[in-house]
Amino acid sequence: MMSAEPKPSKGVDDNKKVITRLMFIVIGMFGFGFALVPIYDVFCDITGLNGKTGEQIAAPLNLEIDTSRVVTVEFVASLNETMPWEFQPEVKSVKVNPGQPTKISYYARNKTDSEIIGQAVPSVAPGLAAPYFQKTECFCFTEQTLEAGEEKHMPVIFIVDPELPDNVDVLTLSYTFFIKPGSKAAPMALNKEPKNSKHQEL
Amino acid sequence: MSAAIRVAGLISLLFFSAQSWAGYQLNMKPGVTSFSQDAYEIHQLVMWICVVIGIVVFGAMIYSIINHRKSKGAVPADFHESTTLEIAWTTVPFIILIAMAIPATRVLLAMEDVSNPDMSIKVTGYQWKWHYDYNVGENAKEVSFFSNISTPGALSLASNPDVVKDENYLLDVDNKLVIPTNKKIRLLFTSNDVIHAWWVPAFGVKKDAIPGYINESWINVPEPGIYRGKCAELCGTNHGFMPIVVEAKSEEDYLAWVDGQKMAAAEVAASASKTWTMAELMAQGEKVYATNCAACHQANGEGIPNVFPGLVGSAIATGPTAAHIDIIVHGKSGTAMQAFGAQLNDADIAAVVTYERNAWGNDKGDMVQPSDIKSAR
Amino acid sequence: MSAVIEEHHDHHDHKPTGIGRWLFSTNHKDIGTMYLWFSFTMFFIGGAMALVIRAELFQPGLQFVEPEFFNQMTTLHGLIMVFGVIMPAFVGLANWMVPMMIGAPDMALPRMNNWSFWLLPGAFGILIASLVMSLMGMGSAPNFGWTFYAPLSTTYGPASTDYFIFSVHLMGISSIMGAINIIATIMNMRAPGMTYMKMPIFVWTWFITAYLLIAVMPVLAGAVTMMLTDRNFGTSFFNAAGGGDPVMFQHIFWFFGHPEVYIMILPSFGIISQIVPTFARKKIFGYSSMVYATASIAFLSFIVWAHHMFTTGMPVAGELFFMYATMLIAVPTGVKVFNWVSTMWKGSMTFETPMLFAIAFIFLFTIGGFTGLMLAMTPADFQYHDTYFVVAHFHYVLVTGAAFGIMAGVYFWIPKWTGNMYDETLGKWHFWISTISVNVLFFPMHFVGLAGMPRRIPDYSLQFAEFNAMASVGAFVFGFSQLIFLYNMIKTARGKTSVKATSQVWDGAEGLEWTLPSPAPFHSFTTPPQVK
Repeated sequence: MMSAEPKPSKGVDDNKKVITRLMFIVIGMFGFGFALVPIYDVFCDITGLNGKTGEQIAAPLNLEIDTSRVVTVEFVASLNETMPWEFQPEVKSVKVNPGQPTKISYYARNKTDSEIIGQAVPSVAPGLAAPYFQKTECFCFTEQTLEAGEEKHMPVIFIVDPELPDNVDVLTLSYTFFIKPGSKAAPMALNKEPKNSKHQEL
Repeated sequence: MSAAIRVAGLISLLFFSAQSWAGYQLNMKPGVTSFSQDAYEIHQLVMWICVVIGIVVFGAMIYSIINHRKSKGAVPADFHESTTLEIAWTTVPFIILIAMAIPATRVLLAMEDVSNPDMSIKVTGYQWKWHYDYNVGENAKEVSFFSNISTPGALSLASNPDVVKDENYLLDVDNKLVIPTNKKIRLLFTSNDVIHAWWVPAFGVKKDAIPGYINESWINVPEPGIYRGKCAELCGTNHGFMPIVVEAKSEEDYLAWVDGQKMAAAEVAASASKTWTMAELMAQGEKVYATNCAACHQANGEGIPNVFPGLVGSAIATGPTAAHIDIIVHGKSGTAMQAFGAQLNDADIAAVVTYERNAWGNDKGDMVQPSDIKSAR
Repeated sequence: MSAVIEEHHDHHDHKPTGIGRWLFSTNHKDIGTMYLWFSFTMFFIGGAMALVIRAELFQPGLQFVEPEFFNQMTTLHGLIMVFGVIMPAFVGLANWMVPMMIGAPDMALPRMNNWSFWLLPGAFGILIASLVMSLMGMGSAPNFGWTFYAPLSTTYGPASTDYFIFSVHLMGISSIMGAINIIATIMNMRAPGMTYMKMPIFVWTWFITAYLLIAVMPVLAGAVTMMLTDRNFGTSFFNAAGGGDPVMFQHIFWFFGHPEVYIMILPSFGIISQIVPTFARKKIFGYSSMVYATASIAFLSFIVWAHHMFTTGMPVAGELFFMYATMLIAVPTGVKVFNWVSTMWKGSMTFETPMLFAIAFIFLFTIGGFTGLMLAMTPADFQYHDTYFVVAHFHYVLVTGAAFGIMAGVYFWIPKWTGNMYDETLGKWHFWISTISVNVLFFPMHFVGLAGMPRRIPDYSLQFAEFNAMASVGAFVFGFSQLIFLYNMIKTARGKTSVKATSQVWDGAEGLEWTLPSPAPFHSFTTPPQVK
């Protein structure tokens, strides 16, 4: 780029070359914007950024149980927006040894008189603990359909990795239930006008 | 010239005629926790380094402006580069930056010390209030409540002038977050709807409350006292009206408060099974309305055209009671009308429904009992 | 650098006539003029919104607007100033000056140049229409801040959001096409003898800015497209319910957003680098360092974005990285400031209006730079984030930085454009009233931010009252003093000032553009000059 003497006045072809190269960059960067989506997920999986715990893992890890250490795992339940279920953890916390598989349960009940499909989003605090919190069974992201008045117990089996940093003695697993986007009861903003709207106009 | 003096005089008059509300604070305060005090130290360090650099650079500029001017007969010099200087003023600032980065790194790593918390509290941001839930983890207490701004009339042009503006204007709530002193309290942040942020300057804690996710911070407050903060992330219309008030009490007083909260909750449950008189319902309803509904529907029930519907003579408030109860309990998806069934108890909802059906000339004569609400949930 | 010019006076300096001259223009001077008048118009519109904001914030309590409308004002004020004032003004200055500075007859792609401009009135027509509809009670205009975080802008955004997205796409296409044009022009159309390291610094800063635009505007387009599909086509990029993540929006937005703010300052750096040597009658100090420093700033701007997100719950390793990278930017920026001061040093300075604005730039942009360094320190940022301390910082770098640079450039170059000297007395009045009032307006914001006042609130607690009152007074004085500038520019353009401009215009001016007559002919350098 830093030549001593530029060539004399350039023509249309040179412009075309520059434009073509720049358009590649433009299109490439547009694609990069979308590529940031999976890149972000990979990054979060590796670093536990944002408390993302990732999907449930297929098989239980055979980890050596560290009996010298006790970690308290708290359980928290939240409902998003107008989600009309009752939702709570069946135990508030457990004390576990890292490496030891543990099972707890969450309870949900549909308090309304119509079917509602929910979707639960997990999150772990502190964020740096998330990569060390492995779930071999959970209800993350799987649709949970509850008929009117139906209740359900949803198990979670997890293992705290013994590699969990030393200064973490308490970590919190949170689930937030959303109404499944696009389903009948979902907020209108996420969906076109629901067909059987029960709400009257004011 | 005299016009300028007059303008200056007018402006000074404006400043000095304003009542003194202690409003000339220039600098951040150190606060009461290690976070806030560390933040203050870093702030001071960097600020003063910048001031010194500023004095040097601006001093050189001012000197040059005065002395190297054509009107003084200055003749322009010839020089226009110096590799030595370029290296010098690249390296020296770099070293200064390292000197700043070391204490900042130390402070940040100290904030990461999440070990040995004593209790956890879940903080949920709502549009436009906070919810505090102590029923978390090992030291769970069955206490949870909403914390609303205590002057909801502040929220609109029509009613704002009637609101008394005292020293805690926009900084007071109906239910404070009460915590024990000298305990490491883990705060877990999430949101019910959009992103909010919980900030108490005296604690040096500001954390985003993100729907679906949980964030964590911790505080250890050494001194009893009242500490105030605000929402720090634009979250919609009333972002400016969801303050935070934390009251730190000794552990004894805190446990007494917890007992008091549990008793109050029991009373509320009891009140749900009794039969209320019209007068009781209207009185309670007016209070509930003021705290929870007036922000949008306005104290006079007229709402804000095309933004928040009015209730005076409206189809819901004067139509079938069942639909009225339904929209309050379950909210209306896709609008700002929240599901107050999750936020208010049976007695309060019964009272506010009764109030709305009879206030502002609606005069339906209807009375709704808490038991009606219970069966409608 | 001396230039041997073969001037061919175009005796038939004919311009097209009527409205077609403007609608179908392929002339870089006319298109530059249109960009500048568009920007100036938007400046008053965005400025009026700022005055609505400052009127409401003059005293505690709600006096003029509902909170909902206030949020629309802050949103549109930001969008208009960023995308409708600063960026188009810089493009206008580039259009006018870059071809003349490199000895080219026009931009590389004159027709695309026309489209780049005319997209903008369209884009802003849509945005302003949403405001008009809001005033007529037909729903809210965008009300989620110029940074439009999800889910406030996606799930909870008003109906006008989809039009906002379309508007952003149009602005983005305009910027991208403009940037491509500038790069092609600079790469391919320099006069013989003008090597890269002989180009004026303004050309360098625009060259680098254009690459930044090409790299990040498409990412913004991606972000708003994801918003569009989340809102209308059932995707869940930013919705946790569907497996998405609101924080990811912030990452994608700020990956665009941080380079964007450097896009908004680098051309100003270039303008100052043209003005200070001229009025100090001394070459710019450290030409190569200035080029490398600009390139370093541009490169670093890509790796600092998450300093806008320190409170989102980032792991400490991330916080440290972004803190260090952000602090690093102070080094090349400092190099530039030192080089400007060294240019002034032992010069022979006169202080006409362009030089006054340039010196004010150096003082006040540096103050903005200092608060930027303070904001980089993560533990302190926990207290500064989303407060008026940030508002103070970015208004110092954008108003006394970018905008003062633009004003300096306009005063500097308007004699070349019109052939008339602007009224120097009015220029000085404009300068002094603006500079004093802009500090009365923005300096107190540091204090209220440190005292705990958050951003984007229509009403505040009483302890913030005094400084807010001060800021509001400053705002009104600053706003109305821009009318002096408007009056002066119209007077100059219409030839009603008494002094005509020579080719060189300014005593210390050097460069190809100053070899042309004033006003510059409609077609200039139709034969390229030879540069030695």
